[in-house]
Amino acid sequence: MSGHSTSSPLKTYFVIWAALLAGTYVTYKVAFIDLHPFNAAIALTIASIKATLVALYFMHIKGASEKLTKMVVISALFFLLLLLGLTMTDYATRLWS
Amino acid sequence: MPDSTVVSLQHEEQHCPELLHHFADPQQQRDASSLGMWVFLATEVMFFGGLFCAYLIYRLKFFADFGAASKSIDATLGATNTAVLICSSLTVVVAVWAAQTARRTLLIGMLAVTMLLGFVFLGIKAVEYKDKFEEHHVPGASFSFDRVPIPGHPDQYANPQHAQLFFSLYFVMTGLHALHMVVGLGIFSWLLYAARKGRFTPEWHTPVEIGGLYWHFVDIIWIYLFPLLYLIDRHP
Repeated sequence: MSGHSTSSPLKTYFVIWAALLAGTYVTYKVAFIDLHPFNAAIALTIASIKATLVALYFMHIKGASEKLTKMVVISALFFLLLLLGLTMTDYATRLWS
Repeated sequence: MPDSTVVSLQHEEQHCPELLHHFADPQQQRDASSLGMWVFLATEVMFFGGLFCAYLIYRLKFFADFGAASKSIDATLGATNTAVLICSSLTVVVAVWAAQTARRTLLIGMLAVTMLLGFVFLGIKAVEYKDKFEEHHVPGASFSFDRVPIPGHPDQYANPQHAQLFFSLYFVMTGLHALHMVVGLGIFSWLLYAARKGRFTPEWHTPVEIGGLYWHFVDIIWIYLFPLLYLIDRHP
C-alpha cells in the first residue's frame, strides 16, 4: 500500500474515472437506438464492466487485497447467480407442462 | 523470552496505539476489518439481489408495460445522477489515498466533496420523486397510468396494473438505494469529524478505507439500477 510511488495510483484513479464516465455516456446514448434485444445486453455488459472497474481499482480488489477477500467476493457473485439462475430456470420452464 | 515479548508488545502499542490486543500486527488488524466489511457487502449483494430477481421476473412477464412505465421517468436526471456518483467514487478513492499518504487537508477536502456530491444525488432524486408524485405514478390509491402507449405500438395502451408493479419496484429499489446513501452520508460526516481531529494516520486509517468500500458498493448498485430502471425501451 505504502510501497507505491506518490503519483501512480492517482493517475490510475483518474483513468478509471474517465472510463466510468465514458461508459455511462455510451449506455445513455445507445439506449435511444433501436437494437432490439441487444439494447439490454449492451446496457448490462457496460454496467458489468463499470462495476468490475470500481471493484478492482477503487475497492482495491486488484493488488492490495488478500485471497480471503477475493474468495468472499467470488462467493457473493456465485450465490447471486445461483439466486437469479435457478429462479429464472423455474419461471422459464413453467409453461412446458 | 516472556520479557522480550512484553517489551515487543509495549513497543507495538506505543508505535500504533490503535492496535488491539488480539491482533498480531497492524496489517492483520487491517485485513480483518476489510474482510469483515466484504462479508457485510456480500450480504448486501443478496439483499439487493432479491429485488433484482423480482425485477427480472416481472420485466420478462410484463415486458411492454415495463417499457412504457420506464419511459415516463426522466432518463437525463438518472444519467446525471450516475455521473455524480461516479465522481463521488473518485473523490472517495482520492480521500483514501490522502489518508495513506498523510495529506490531511486533501483528506478533509475530498471527504467534504464526497458528501456534497451525495447531497446533490439525493437532491436530484427528490426532484425525480416529486415529478412522479405530480404525475400520479406513485403506487397506491391515487395511482393513474391511463392511455399510455406501449413503445413501438402507438395503438396499444399499457396495462396500468402492470405499470404500477414497475413503479413499486422503482420506488423500493431506488428508495433502498437512497437510504444507503443517507447512511453513507452519516458515515462520512463522522469520517470528516475524525479527519478534522487528526485521528487518521498512514498507519491507521481503517475507517476511511471501510467507509470507502461501503460508498463504492452503493455506487455499484446504482450502476445497475440506472440502465434497468431508466433506459429500457427508450428508442422510438
